[in-house]
Amino acid sequence: MNKLMADQQTIYNHAKEWLLTDTPASAFQAAAGRAYLGLLEFLKNRLAVLGLLIIIALVFIALFAPYIAPFDPILTNLSQRLQPFSAEHIFGTDEVGRDIFSRVVWGSRLTLYIIGLVAIIAAPVGIIVGTVSGYFGGFVDTVLMRITDIFLAFPKLILALAFVAALGPGIENAIIAIAITSWPPYARIARGETITIRNSDFIRAIKLQGAGAIRIISRHVMPLCLSSLIVRVTLDMAGIIITAAGLGFLGLGAQPPSPEWGAMTSSGRAYILDHWWLITMPGMAIFVVSLAFNLLGDGLREVLDPKSDD
Amino acid sequence: MLNISNLNIYFGHGSEKNHALKDVSFEIKKGESFGLVGESGSGKSTVLNCISGLLNHWQGTIEVDGEVVSQKRDLAFYRKVQLVFQDPYGSLHPRHTIDRTLKEPLAIHKFTDINHRVEKVLSEVDLGSQFRFRYPHQLSGGQRQRVAVARALILEPEIILLDEPTSALDVSIQAEVLNLLQDIRKERNLTYVMVSHDLAVISYMCENCAVMSQGSVVEMISAEQLQSGDLSQNYTKQLFTASKGYDRAAIDLFQDF
Amino acid sequence: MIQQDQLLQVTNLNIIFPSPKGDVHAVKDISFSLGKEKIGLVGESGSGKSVTGRAILRLLPPYAKVSAEEISFKGQDLLSFSEKELRCIRGKEISMVMQDPKYSLNPVRTVGQQISEAYIVHSKVSKSVAREQTLKMLTAVRIRNPEQVYKLYPHEVSGGMGQRIMIAMMLIPEPSLLIADEPTSALDVTVQLQVLAILDDLVTQRGMGLIFISHDLELVASFCDRVIIMYGGRIMEVINAADLHNSTHPYTRGLLNCLPRIEGRNERLSTLVRDDAWLDADFWHSNDSDGIII
Repeated sequence: MNKLMADQQTIYNHAKEWLLTDTPASAFQAAAGRAYLGLLEFLKNRLAVLGLLIIIALVFIALFAPYIAPFDPILTNLSQRLQPFSAEHIFGTDEVGRDIFSRVVWGSRLTLYIIGLVAIIAAPVGIIVGTVSGYFGGFVDTVLMRITDIFLAFPKLILALAFVAALGPGIENAIIAIAITSWPPYARIARGETITIRNSDFIRAIKLQGAGAIRIISRHVMPLCLSSLIVRVTLDMAGIIITAAGLGFLGLGAQPPSPEWGAMTSSGRAYILDHWWLITMPGMAIFVVSLAFNLLGDGLREVLDPKSDD
Repeated sequence: MLNISNLNIYFGHGSEKNHALKDVSFEIKKGESFGLVGESGSGKSTVLNCISGLLNHWQGTIEVDGEVVSQKRDLAFYRKVQLVFQDPYGSLHPRHTIDRTLKEPLAIHKFTDINHRVEKVLSEVDLGSQFRFRYPHQLSGGQRQRVAVARALILEPEIILLDEPTSALDVSIQAEVLNLLQDIRKERNLTYVMVSHDLAVISYMCENCAVMSQGSVVEMISAEQLQSGDLSQNYTKQLFTASKGYDRAAIDLFQDF
Repeated sequence: MIQQDQLLQVTNLNIIFPSPKGDVHAVKDISFSLGKEKIGLVGESGSGKSVTGRAILRLLPPYAKVSAEEISFKGQDLLSFSEKELRCIRGKEISMVMQDPKYSLNPVRTVGQQISEAYIVHSKVSKSVAREQTLKMLTAVRIRNPEQVYKLYPHEVSGGMGQRIMIAMMLIPEPSLLIADEPTSALDVTVQLQVLAILDDLVTQRGMGLIFISHDLELVASFCDRVIIMYGGRIMEVINAADLHNSTHPYTRGLLNCLPRIEGRNERLSTLVRDDAWLDADFWHSNDSDGIII
């Protein structure tokens, strides 16, 4: 037993040595060492770790929703309507007798679907527009930034509403609408960073080695914008969840009977006084997940923010 | 190897228009090391930026190896002319390992045999293979400047432009880097154009130099003239006196140029 | 001889910076004293010269651990001073000039306002007196058109001018000691020497003490009266500037030898071979038979 522990200890020490060496033998080792130091820094922030754990739990729940949820989220059972908490329905049931816990569990899939797709659409658009605009400057910059300004000039939710109204209600259209309204701040951030980066000697140096604009932007500028962008996107996740819930609440996002948290709060609204759990349970879910993303974002900022680097 | 004639450049517009280089001309032979000396604002770095292609709104003629180069450079030009920057802390990408920094130019110019070339150039600048996968922040200033020299060498250029390559380094490190630059020049028969504000460094490194002030070449002198103090222009003489160290009496005689 | 009008005495100063990889002993057991003279503190980067200068005025970040047997200024024990008492000393009695003037000046106020304010704070005089004194000071640092410069904002002045303004601001309360941390290394040689001449005149005319922190051995040798050479947080040797070129300390010799010279060339520059024995506390005591130890 003791020998086993000692062995583990040696393996651990070797791994640590390998990660922290000043003379890495391969690009992979160098990158791993850097990631390890970042992880150590991140783990120091307890709240951020808590946020990360919540998000991991969310992903886990979404993946295994059919096994976790005791009831079908859509099937109605009018004999069981508006039941308070019980061993069978731990979050109670709604106005058509569906188990709220099951709906919240299944709703996590929709939430992840929304924020995942929005991040995949909005972040790349933002970073490409921002870096291109910042790198070339001049006319390109003026055109791209004015377009960005137009999007920024509208309140996010109102603009999303307008798009959904034009495209028709539904979760896919809600995602497109949110993505369209989310990228401008990312473009602004990426542009700001690019303008400082493009005047640095290391960009001049690579230019003088004959690198073209595409190579410089994609391999030299973007990686440096990435960290502040990741932080920003993570912090924005909370806002995206709330916007999606808001659209759902207004009936323009996910359509009933799909168990989207925003739509659930909306339909529970009518019962808020006598049957408060209808609106509170999905509301709590929105709150917890938003908070988790905010905590994670703050933790990531400490690790990734270039200003605290080196 | 490098001919510059009537190089002019303006910065700014309208009433703020600044004639930053005024008819700068000089000629450098193959294998020669040529210095550009002057104080800040003299235009010495601007000359390098025009040659390297970082600035492209200049007027005049720049000839490299008998060929007139245009404002826009092609890939072949960058294989011939490379530049080493002043600040070793700013000239290396902070998120790229040394290995990646050195491989990048090879990839751009589609070299083969990439690993071997990286190893070779690292040993040429006296950096062992243990430095290869480090990030710039894991290196000292002198080591970073060696990497910058290696990056300039890896495309096997014929002309290397040196923009105050040692002014950010400690004197003991400066000596190592200057020696290294001299050795490499001899080995590869390179042509150097070196910008510096330090007459002693120019005297050690260069055969000839141009003294610049406010955008013009004030005087062309050889290293022998510099060493013996055989100078004709008052500006150069004052610079020479100032470089000798603090002398209370001499300072009162300083003029503004 | 130095003992008579001694300004500053530092005994066994230690500065430690805690870091995750273990404490960094930036300065270890250094002692020196200063009279009304120009003393040069020379060393390479990381030698501890700048932190030494800052430690005297307690300007280091709070996590730095500074300890000393004695830091006394004009017989007063600076170590026992509270932060408030020290603030009265700073600026009025001991001033400090840093390397880059632009960071030390407030960008939204004219340089004239800033200098006269510094004067009003320390001397409690009226605005017009302060203005007059400011113009006088600007003239003293060889600014030709003080009236005009008075009205300029920091971004409107050149580097050399900015450094002169900074020096004027630091000197207007007539401090007895000036700590200058690489005050001229960002300047052109000729301007650099002109600025040094101003400091030199103040030392000789006003009897000010000057600690001149620099990496430039030749400049310090020609400018200062005495030179303290630091390496790795230790004092290698304290030597009269005139004797510097005859120094026998291997580190000093090494530094001098690796400088390129205008007049000589063609040989390779000799490089510095570092020796861990230099960091041994007893090394220079045993090596230095002239007894310039103070």
